[in-house]
Amino acid sequence: MIALLASILAITLRAGTSLIYATIGEIYTERSGILNLGLEGMMLMGAVSAFATVYYTGSLLLALLVAMLTGVVLSSIHAFLSITMRANQVVSGLSITLFGTGFASFLGQRLGPESNGHYLIGLIGNKFTPVKIPFLSNLPVLGALFNQDILTYIVYLIIPAAWFFMYKTRAGLNLRAVGESPQTADAMGINVSKVRYIYTILGGTLVALGGAHLSLSYAPGWTDNITGGRGWIVIALVIFSMWNPSRAIWGALLFGGINAIQFRLQATGTTISAPLLNMLPYIVTIVVLVLMTWIETMNKKVGAPEALAVPYMRGEK
Amino acid sequence: MKNDQNEKYPIVEMIGITKQFPGVLANDTVDLELFSGEVLALLGENGAGKSTLMNILAGLYRADKGKILIKGEEAEINSPKDAMKYGIGMVHQNFKLVPTMSVAENVVLGLDSENFVLDLQKVSSRIKEISNHYNLKVDPGSIIWQMSVGEQQRVEILKLIYRGAEVLILDEPTAVLTPQESGELNRIVKQMTGEGKSAIFITHKMDEVMEFSDWVRVLQKGKLVSVVRTQDTSPKELSRMMVGRDVLFRVEKKKANPGEVVLELENVKAMNDKGLEALKGISFSLRRGEILGIAGVAGNGQRELTEVITGLHKVTEGRVIIGGKDMTNKSPLEVIKSGVSHIPSDRVAMGIVGDMSVANNLAMKEYRKAPLTQHGILNPGRILEMAKKMISSFMISTPAPYTSVKFLSGGNIQKTILAREIGACSTLLVAAYPARGLDVGATESVRKEMIAERDGGKGVLLVSEDLEELMSVSDRIAVMNEGRIMGIVDSAEADIESLGLMMAGVPMEKGK
Repeated sequence: MIALLASILAITLRAGTSLIYATIGEIYTERSGILNLGLEGMMLMGAVSAFATVYYTGSLLLALLVAMLTGVVLSSIHAFLSITMRANQVVSGLSITLFGTGFASFLGQRLGPESNGHYLIGLIGNKFTPVKIPFLSNLPVLGALFNQDILTYIVYLIIPAAWFFMYKTRAGLNLRAVGESPQTADAMGINVSKVRYIYTILGGTLVALGGAHLSLSYAPGWTDNITGGRGWIVIALVIFSMWNPSRAIWGALLFGGINAIQFRLQATGTTISAPLLNMLPYIVTIVVLVLMTWIETMNKKVGAPEALAVPYMRGEK
Repeated sequence: MKNDQNEKYPIVEMIGITKQFPGVLANDTVDLELFSGEVLALLGENGAGKSTLMNILAGLYRADKGKILIKGEEAEINSPKDAMKYGIGMVHQNFKLVPTMSVAENVVLGLDSENFVLDLQKVSSRIKEISNHYNLKVDPGSIIWQMSVGEQQRVEILKLIYRGAEVLILDEPTAVLTPQESGELNRIVKQMTGEGKSAIFITHKMDEVMEFSDWVRVLQKGKLVSVVRTQDTSPKELSRMMVGRDVLFRVEKKKANPGEVVLELENVKAMNDKGLEALKGISFSLRRGEILGIAGVAGNGQRELTEVITGLHKVTEGRVIIGGKDMTNKSPLEVIKSGVSHIPSDRVAMGIVGDMSVANNLAMKEYRKAPLTQHGILNPGRILEMAKKMISSFMISTPAPYTSVKFLSGGNIQKTILAREIGACSTLLVAAYPARGLDVGATESVRKEMIAERDGGKGVLLVSEDLEELMSVSDRIAVMNEGRIMGIVDSAEADIESLGLMMAGVPMEKGK
């Protein structure tokens, strides 16, 4: 029993890591008032660029850097369109997802070695492996927390840091003000566009890192649609966490946990059909969204940043 | 002018300020001088350029021409931050506060001088010091959206003092306050000027100018038309300077001749959008041939009141009876069919469809019936014909009947709504802030229409924040505070002070 729990916890954390990176990234972006629906495309691009890099260079660090750079480039496009050009953010985000999905798949068929018909699919590269922390990793059940790869350990630090930055620092206060009331922020001397650029790009970087975790650790290698819709689940997780980085962990663990249990069930050879089990995370996503919307109508103040997805223009006549 | 200012020196000078907006010359070589320790009133009608001039001083707009001197030295003000460096801070009409944040967080927002890791404890104790000094009554931990408008204004002032403002610009500060709160604001400003700070007041209310200011500058259509010492002038003279002619303060009307009851509310309760009780048991009745005014500071349930009557808002308890029929929680269409018309407070969002033509907007109530519709098909010729009649009888100034209504001025949009609603009205007219934001001429014609409707035997419910308007137009005045009626008085016997007390939540004394 203990072994089973430990293994579920271990898989939960591993599955949750990429979700947490992307959720925290998107929370920061949305807190500045920018809705980025390009997550799915950015995660896929992060995953493919990271895996291609690690395959040819063997350097995990370099792979992470390349993935981050991919995130910077894609989210800069979104930032430019939605902040400078004041385009419709839903359209811009969706086009980044469409582009990212297609282009990642294209790269997956072109970046590979000639011996594999230029395909990346089916190749094996360097990957992050669990690092045991002495003593702590021997704890019953909870030991699973301390037998993870480096990217998961970083998550343990990122969550409290992201919370502290948002609620306890001057920059965090500015960020929240820009998303809630850009007019006020502007009148108080905060550069609204600059803040939105910074956090849209920072968010995109974290999202791409989430993608890289998939191809470097969770399911090492490259397959088409390696994210399995995680980019969309993250959108729901942001709402579930009520735009608070410290709550990102619960949503990510819930969905990671559903993944883990579903694997376990399939491994035990249950009679429930596999497609039905695979649907589980998505069904829970819908249920969570309905629930949150319901709570929001009951109590107005759960709310999304007031200026989310609204372009800002100074009110000269 | 400067000779009698031996100790006082001009702290702010604006010279030859010119600002052009597309199609409007908002400021035309305007000069301004503000002395330390004094209050300057900036007087003018809507669109006279007062706010533009102050937004330039506060760094939100940039002047096309002209210069600004602070303490005699030329200043380059390109942003609110620059203005603050020179000690200039502005309280805008729409407060610049983040509703979901606390007072303390709002006060330090955007301040680079604070530590990177915020010490809100320290900020709070400094806020308490300031609020004790000026007797401002503000709790640093309160969240803005839960505070009243008066409290929010105090936060704005406190924020400016915290940042070291020496010159306070207040844009129509009393528009949202009860008379008592206005008095309190006056006291705070006086205390500040006593300490050598100074203030500029944007307003179009004469009594305030007389009470608050030392100097008055009057703007008209972007130009500075006069500069006077407050003690050397009178409200009458000022209003002449402001509009360029004498203004009627009282509207001529005959004595009311009330008939049968047309609207009755019995202990009506309703929730607002936040799920809090907005109407806490409202009862009153309104007769044909009578105008009942609803006074009160905005946000005390007036919107919910007009909406429960017009079927737009759910009643949780009590009854709404229109023309003898129970209309509680009936649909807006059923209410319209019973002859009720509605002039909504947000006229652009709820009163018109901006992209549709004036003619179609005028037809929006009658289009369901013949002659505008036959066998379910609209007859554009008849709609145009009807529109032309209405346009001429209500003197709507529009290039053509098929012009999009959004291109009209505020006054003409309101006339369009009035024409449609009055045309369709047979029992009751519910008018929310019908003259808000209109110029003197348009205001007068709106008020005359209200009275004409009354004399035509309809009941009129007039919601307004303007006590002068209520006292001159309506026959009785009900005062609302936090979802309750504090009292109903005959407008002939009403005085501003007792109305003000009721607006602040003191019920009318019994036996009166």
